[in-house]
Amino acid sequence: MSSGFTPVVPGGASPANTAAPASPKGIPHRSGPANPSAQALQQHFAGSVKRVEVVWGETNIIVDPPRVHDVIRWLHDDPSQRYDYLSDVTAVEFRDLERPIEVVWHLRSLPYRRFLRIKVLIEKGATLEVPSVWDVYKAADWMERECYDMFGIRFVGHPDLRRILMWEQYREGYPLRKDFPLRGRFSRSEQLRQALAINPEARYSMEELTIADAFEDLPADMKRRLNTGEKTGE
Amino acid sequence: MGLSRPEDPDEGPAATPERAEITGDVPWTTTRLDHLLDQFVNWGRKNSLWPMPFGTACCAIEFMATAASKFDLARFGMERQAFSPRQADLLICAGRVPFKLAPVLRRIWQQMPQPKWCISMGACASSGGMFDNYAVVQGIDSIIPVDVYVPGCPPRPEGLLYGILMLQKKVERERMADKTLRTEMEADPKSQLYIPPSVIDEVSEPFGNSIHQTRSGL
Repeated sequence: MSSGFTPVVPGGASPANTAAPASPKGIPHRSGPANPSAQALQQHFAGSVKRVEVVWGETNIIVDPPRVHDVIRWLHDDPSQRYDYLSDVTAVEFRDLERPIEVVWHLRSLPYRRFLRIKVLIEKGATLEVPSVWDVYKAADWMERECYDMFGIRFVGHPDLRRILMWEQYREGYPLRKDFPLRGRFSRSEQLRQALAINPEARYSMEELTIADAFEDLPADMKRRLNTGEKTGE
Repeated sequence: MGLSRPEDPDEGPAATPERAEITGDVPWTTTRLDHLLDQFVNWGRKNSLWPMPFGTACCAIEFMATAASKFDLARFGMERQAFSPRQADLLICAGRVPFKLAPVLRRIWQQMPQPKWCISMGACASSGGMFDNYAVVQGIDSIIPVDVYVPGCPPRPEGLLYGILMLQKKVERERMADKTLRTEMEADPKSQLYIPPSVIDEVSEPFGNSIHQTRSGL
């Protein structure tokens, strides 16, 4: 019996005499040893890696926005890095008007037991667009949708960029942005009116379902809707 | 004691006939047949309420504790939990309801056959609770009619049981002669709201500490 699947052993790529990891103690705030991937990145993407900082023992790498896809692709593919696990995609907006919005990717290399944080800075007022890493990590699908839903950041290359937490007809904006009032922009009655107008069953797209196998079993009206390519978010 | 005082006008005889008519405190020995029939039907209904738990948050955990052996909801005729609205009498909404769930909750309510009742369990279901934000419905009574509100965050099982007993008292006093008893809630066809928008805005005004929580602007 043969299969193409090779299990990933955590720490399996480390040298044999490496001690098992223990809970770190006494980590300095700023001056710790950087992740070895940082130096490799600075060699490979000399002009694109703007800054490397170590905060509480974790390495942040600030990258040029257009190159972030290449950087993450290389980190995923290169045998000396093997970042095989994307644990989060999110964004940070600061109260400070001058401070740019950050888009953050959390990468983890199970074979090397490494953690790396990639950041991209988008100046206020600039178009909120970054490349999607969906073609590298399929896990990025819903995380990028959530980031788009909450912050309004467009991930170019994402196959199905729609809202995921709020309903798709949501018109009030992006809730985690600093200029978004906590109670929303509309009055309570208007919010309720719009919410009650949602059709809870009409939110599927063909991309989301990918149920080509089960398509024949669907109710006739849903088949008709899917055949016409109808999406409720438009 | 012993002091004579003028008779308090508010403290009349306990149940004048008119008062009994209103509150339903008809003595068991009444000769009126329709009241006898009402009492019989209501006795059956109140002791066989089939609850449908609509649990979305921590109140649902308290509800499970209520249904489990220590507090034993079955003592009050709720042995059978209906997980389908079609076979339920009582909707127990336990937990916060986000706007995205509002049409779902309303449809579940519409799927329940009459007679039906609703208990709003906990602060979030009753008023939005601490979630005075863009995503949470400020009280499910703006979506569906509610019979009993159980306060608490979450309520203790005793609190929920007390609410259920209050509902049983309400069921006890129903009169079939009341034509409005089983009328379905009619929503405005355009807005789908069944209470005026101004009322919703008024009751969901920020109050207490929450008026300081709005982070608008920069």
